[in-house]
Amino acid sequence: MKFRAKIVDAACLNHFTRVSNMIAKLAKICTLRISPEKLNFILCDRLAGGGVSTWCELEQENFFSEFQMEGISAENNVIYLELTSENLSRALKTAQNARTLKFKLTNKHFPCLTVSVELLSMSSSSRIVTHDIPLNVIPRKLWKDFQQPSVPEAEVSIYLPVLKTLKSVVEKMKNISNHLTVFAILILQVIEANLNGELNLKIETDLVCVTTHFKDLGNPSLASDDASRDRDPAEMAEVHVDIRKLLQFLVGQQVNPTRALCNIVSGRVVHLDLLYEDVSLQYFIPALA
Amino acid sequence: MKCLVTGSNVKVLGKAVHSLSRIGDELYLEPLDDGLTLRTVNSSRSAYACFLFAPLFFQQYQAATGGQDLQRCKILMKSFLSIFRSLVMLEKTVEKCCISLNDRSSCLVVQLHCKYGVRKTHNLSFQDCESLQAVFNPASCPHVLRAPARILGEAVLPFPPALAEVTLGIGHGRRVILRSYQEEEADSTVKAMVTEMSIGEEDFQQLQAPEGVAITFCLKEFRGLLSFAESANLPLSIHFDAPGRPAIFTIEDSLLDGHFVLATLLELDPHSQDLGSSELHQPVRQLQAHSTPHQDDFASDDIDSYMIAMETTVGSEGLQALPSVSLTPGPHSEEEDDEAEPGPVPGTPPPKKFRSLFFGSILDPIHSPQGPSPVLAEDSDGEG
Repeated sequence: MKFRAKIVDAACLNHFTRVSNMIAKLAKICTLRISPEKLNFILCDRLAGGGVSTWCELEQENFFSEFQMEGISAENNVIYLELTSENLSRALKTAQNARTLKFKLTNKHFPCLTVSVELLSMSSSSRIVTHDIPLNVIPRKLWKDFQQPSVPEAEVSIYLPVLKTLKSVVEKMKNISNHLTVFAILILQVIEANLNGELNLKIETDLVCVTTHFKDLGNPSLASDDASRDRDPAEMAEVHVDIRKLLQFLVGQQVNPTRALCNIVSGRVVHLDLLYEDVSLQYFIPALA
Repeated sequence: MKCLVTGSNVKVLGKAVHSLSRIGDELYLEPLDDGLTLRTVNSSRSAYACFLFAPLFFQQYQAATGGQDLQRCKILMKSFLSIFRSLVMLEKTVEKCCISLNDRSSCLVVQLHCKYGVRKTHNLSFQDCESLQAVFNPASCPHVLRAPARILGEAVLPFPPALAEVTLGIGHGRRVILRSYQEEEADSTVKAMVTEMSIGEEDFQQLQAPEGVAITFCLKEFRGLLSFAESANLPLSIHFDAPGRPAIFTIEDSLLDGHFVLATLLELDPHSQDLGSSELHQPVRQLQAHSTPHQDDFASDDIDSYMIAMETTVGSEGLQALPSVSLTPGPHSEEEDDEAEPGPVPGTPPPKKFRSLFFGSILDPIHSPQGPSPVLAEDSDGEG
């Protein structure tokens, strides 16, 4: 099993660091899936009985100037590693002014991901910072737990409102109740031939009921021509989720995504599908039992 | 004793107190003819720090008032630090600081003369104490490295603030290596990340140590002196010897000098700190089964090896000449680092002086720390 990679471009490094920071905010332990073309960060929701909660994917050639990997066999040319996500983000933090950043799978008394940073320095000599991040290699028999979740057929698919606004609303709602109802509706306006979306977040207790309406949200199928032709006049979907899961996701958002979509399957799941330039992140919030 | 600090030196004094507060809970203030010393030692006697401010540092300096003997006092670090707590405030509003000690009131009086006619007076109660001095001599250490504080500041940047200990050594190609040190834990299922910083020889003003030597010391305590050195923009020297022998960290300029003496980890395995290899050997620790999980990691290990030999005098029992005698040996070779001073023990030591290699055996019994005596009973579950 081998893995070696190198980043030399500052922009790529910053982007990779941001992704790593986001992952670190989402979960303590993360699984890194390394394949010849892609790199994935996979987070599992262990407490809620398994199931992948986050699937983050990036094309390795968009980041690494050098990338070599070799799985345990030719048929299974993939590596699954489990590590503490904070360690990776902390290691990358020291690489702010780096000339190069190298990754290598090593075995220094225990399996490690060695991150080696060559820093730019004032003097002629270079400074090298090396971080050995301990990790567990996930055996093949457990790989099935780390597969990309099948994207369910969404009943409603709408663009999310500004995440910062969403976060401040959800943060305050959490103080009232943990049980959040997410309700989305798409209304077809026949005359204008467009789909108008609305996302409602509701929490309810014996004393109070608070609903926040986010209006005028677009829909991705707007672009296609047959969007208005065969659609129902209105589509709606509703699901009850744990507000903390949504909040945890929102807290980790440091930059505005290029695209942020919310797909809802009634009574089943809220699927957040985001794109940060060329990195895709999918976050699954299961419905409360 | 009376001394007056003015202008930007007030902040320098404040910064020194902040540095000392990282080490110990009690501050020993002693005015000497060659300056005012502020000293402290940590509860397990594995770290000692001393700042000496020369008379020129002060606008006015009077070590002894009238025909009195030189006084010494011991005050709570917390109390003294609270006067200099906000360095920003010191810089902006304090014009003068007057520290005086008189017998009549058993108080150390610190008076801050601030802008707009505001005067803040702090009366700190103190205790008479013995002179606190560590026996050490930088010149007797075979290895030394010196670099601007900024370089060392940058060197410790990759390490997390919570990291307790770090290993410093010389690796291949005469590179100076700093590596995070992890204690071998009983529950070693969760391993910690190991960080290593490698700096080229060219960044150092002086590097007199062969490849392969290394010492492990408490990073948190070192950061105390480092932050002072960085703010004063002074080079920092590290004098060290074999593992287990104390390492001496010094800074100096014309007006002051500072010494931090930190115990280093004793390695029984001769290759365990070999930074040349990429292997990371875990050192064998003595008294392993009884390592107590508190901040001072040297606590459970071989006391004699880690202890910095402390010299103190007996309490004042009709030995008037003693205070001046105790000032002569070893520690005052600190100003002459480059001279080959003889060892700390003078030819004929005064009769009542003795070394304390054990905790709390000489100093005021009330304040003798519990110390890391061998653990007689295992800690119960739920520790740490």
